[in-house]
Amino acid sequence: MKIRKDRLVFNILGVVVILLITLFCVLPFLLILTGSITSQGSILRDGYRFIPKEISFQAYQIIFESPDMLLKAYGVTIMVTVIGTLTGLFFTAMTAYVLNSKDFKYRNHFSFYFYFTTIFGGGLVPWYIMMVKYLKMKDTYMALIFPLLMNVIYILIKRNFMKSIPDAIFESAKLDGAGDFTIFLRLVLPLSKPSLATIGLFIALNYWNDWYNAMLFVDKQSMFPLQYFLYQILSKLDFINQTASRSGVPVPQMPSEPMKLAMTVVATGPIVLLYPFVQKYFVKGITVGAVKG
Amino acid sequence: MKKKNGILYELNKNKVKFLMIMPAVLYFFIMCYVPMTGIVLAFKNYTYTGGIFKSPWVGFNNFKFFFNSGKAFLVTKNTILYNIAFLIINNFLQITVAIILSELAGKCFKKISQSLMFLPYFISWVVVGAFIYNLFNYEFGAVNTLLNSMGMEPIDVYSNPSAWKYILVAVSAWKWVGYGSVLYLAAILGIDSEIYEAADIDGANIFKKIWHITLPSLKATVIILLLLSLGNIMKGDFQMFYQVVGNNGLVLDATDVIDTYVVRSLMDLQEFGMTAAAGLYQSVLSLFIILGANKLIKIIDNDYALF
Repeated sequence: MKIRKDRLVFNILGVVVILLITLFCVLPFLLILTGSITSQGSILRDGYRFIPKEISFQAYQIIFESPDMLLKAYGVTIMVTVIGTLTGLFFTAMTAYVLNSKDFKYRNHFSFYFYFTTIFGGGLVPWYIMMVKYLKMKDTYMALIFPLLMNVIYILIKRNFMKSIPDAIFESAKLDGAGDFTIFLRLVLPLSKPSLATIGLFIALNYWNDWYNAMLFVDKQSMFPLQYFLYQILSKLDFINQTASRSGVPVPQMPSEPMKLAMTVVATGPIVLLYPFVQKYFVKGITVGAVKG
Repeated sequence: MKKKNGILYELNKNKVKFLMIMPAVLYFFIMCYVPMTGIVLAFKNYTYTGGIFKSPWVGFNNFKFFFNSGKAFLVTKNTILYNIAFLIINNFLQITVAIILSELAGKCFKKISQSLMFLPYFISWVVVGAFIYNLFNYEFGAVNTLLNSMGMEPIDVYSNPSAWKYILVAVSAWKWVGYGSVLYLAAILGIDSEIYEAADIDGANIFKKIWHITLPSLKATVIILLLLSLGNIMKGDFQMFYQVVGNNGLVLDATDVIDTYVVRSLMDLQEFGMTAAAGLYQSVLSLFIILGANKLIKIIDNDYALF
């Protein structure tokens, strides 16, 4: 078949546009990567560039020689992400199950009770005082877990997912004498594995990338999650110097510039390597979420 | 005897369901509804010992302070203008990408480019902050390296407030292009393929098909999504503004939005009362805008109304 002229024009234009946008999306990542393996001297002399003039892995060496602070931050993030995601997912699914059951008369009232919190709020200050003064969460791991535990949008998306489970399944289970909680645990959870993965990954990503709650509530350095730890490294020089003194490199010879970038690479690496495998779940969540909540 | 439709009857019949929904009800009660009562703080002079309820009343003084500081108008204007710029540019880009991807044939190319465009969505704002530093740092940022090598003057964005408008818009586009195009791509794939086949038979070229079929079919989706985002027009994306711009006093006039202003006043100045007033001002204005947007959505398509 002969390709028509308008097709040809469109395809060329289209590929060019997509390539440009893709490049625009990826470029910063490449810059960080090449910057992190450039020697400090070269950066100070020639600036950051796409192809490093002097390659040096010293930054990574120093980071991996005394990785204890980094490992600690990784540990905090992993713990918070695992606990928060599992707990949050369980409650999200359970709430969605109730909101989806047709014989629950007040489900619309409850839906509105949840939904209203997304359109009106008391603002940051009362919430902050609540967390610090009344719930006593300053400098606790709970302060990192609790604020991201449940999200109204995810509850509503999960409910939309559940609509695809035929009602007959619930009814026959009821006839067999199963209670609501048993139905939820034994039937609904196993049947909705793909959507649980989707919502779980959204929640997990929020935990993994969180630094805001750490900034508000955590002052203790040993409790910093990964992203907030990275933020400290990037914004405060003494963090780099601390690492220097631990690794025995004299401060003036510290490759502070490539180290910032190397830290960024080490903190971001897992997500960049992992996301191609979980991307399809996010696509599904976005598509279902676009349907009326 | 209990009435068949009374609340007690329902409570008894669906005991387990009430128990199952209770954790979520309590959670949002503690995290959202109780803090709502803290709105009174906007009318009080907060003291730590007095807490929310025993601190002394000061009437509208906090609001007066906020509006007289000269900041209220500035941050409101910034928040709204930035959000409008984000809305227009992001949606334009996302729709363009979605249309091109839906029409291109190469499966592998489409998949890889879509994946790479989605990457920024997964990255925390802290890392985005590192990117900005890496690109725009005055002494050795990549942009200035490039300008130098072309024999041009380096730019110092940190003393150049107007540069941030473009940087922030570009960052927002960068972060959301993959995410948003997924949404529009789904909408395009939902269009009945028979319409396209009929157009093919009539000899319509591809540009005509996009102009006369794809774009009109997307109209409803676009309008609804725009109206939905209108509800957030008073909310600045704190994480983005804070990490991209940093706590940089020189460019605050061009980059300060309500949310950054509120967090800064709270964390740096401990101005509880005035900050609470600013937060309440934002919440109430938002609520009215959402109610208005919802009315409009109802007129266009009742199915998409929020409530």
